[in-house]
Amino acid sequence: MDLELIHFQILGALLFSIGLYGVLARRSAVLVLISIELLLNAVNINLIGLAALVDRPPDERVFGQILAIFIITIAAAEIGLALAIVLRIFRNRGTANTDEMDLMKW
Amino acid sequence: MSGELIVFYVLSAITVIGALGVVLDRNVVRATLMLLIALLGVAGIFLVAFAEFLALAQILLYGGAVTIVVLFSIMLTRTADLRVNLDNPQRPMAALIAIAAFVLLTLTFVNSDIGELDGTTSVAIPGADVGSSGFETVGDVLFNQWAIPFEIASLVLLVAMIGAIALARSDDPEDAGEIASGSPEGAGQKT
Repeated sequence: MDLELIHFQILGALLFSIGLYGVLARRSAVLVLISIELLLNAVNINLIGLAALVDRPPDERVFGQILAIFIITIAAAEIGLALAIVLRIFRNRGTANTDEMDLMKW
Repeated sequence: MSGELIVFYVLSAITVIGALGVVLDRNVVRATLMLLIALLGVAGIFLVAFAEFLALAQILLYGGAVTIVVLFSIMLTRTADLRVNLDNPQRPMAALIAIAAFVLLTLTFVNSDIGELDGTTSVAIPGADVGSSGFETVGDVLFNQWAIPFEIASLVLLVAMIGAIALARSDDPEDAGEIASGSPEGAGQKT
């Protein structure tokens, strides 16, 4: 039995589900953000698996890797900006818990 | 069972255990360190799939930068006790949704025929000609065919960096003066 595409896909699905649970179940905004990192990495695993297994010339095969590079870039920008926002909210409102940030709740 | 499959399973186990630690651990700092384990496991998965550049970028960015930034923000947003209740009351519903998502995704992947589609192979990673899809090919394709998206991505990073600095900066003038002049106690201890 060899390494197949389905292995990457199942691992990606598993990681995605765990991250989804973290996003929904965690209270602290910082922990929600690191769960989002898990989601993005699950997508990257999927892309890399496809990039490794697609039967194309090398300069087309790396498209999956290029997309993963952009996802990592956006993830880095996202976590920096989001943590700055969390820090700001903590400074202004004294809490970093998502269920206590209910200022805009109707 | 081939060697790379065994390596893949070991790395998957590390990744999944780390990820479970991130979402289940009662201690915030330990959850963040579990994130480091999970992300390094993902870097190993990238290596198995012949994505050397991404594995290195993953280690540098997540192992180095993201974990440190998250630890700093945990330190700065710390309330009195780290071991307060970290989870929502909506936990059971979240678990249900996560399991449903996993089942749905797995069923989709198992039943999809993407392995038989034109231009994909589901047998194994072709070993011989993958060596050329390393750093050279990634750099070549990234800077020739994807040059404009690359520049836009760097612009996004720049904007995010400026935004993060502008947001996290203290706009209290007393704080700014203290940082600029340095605290007198610290200066006294140095001399």
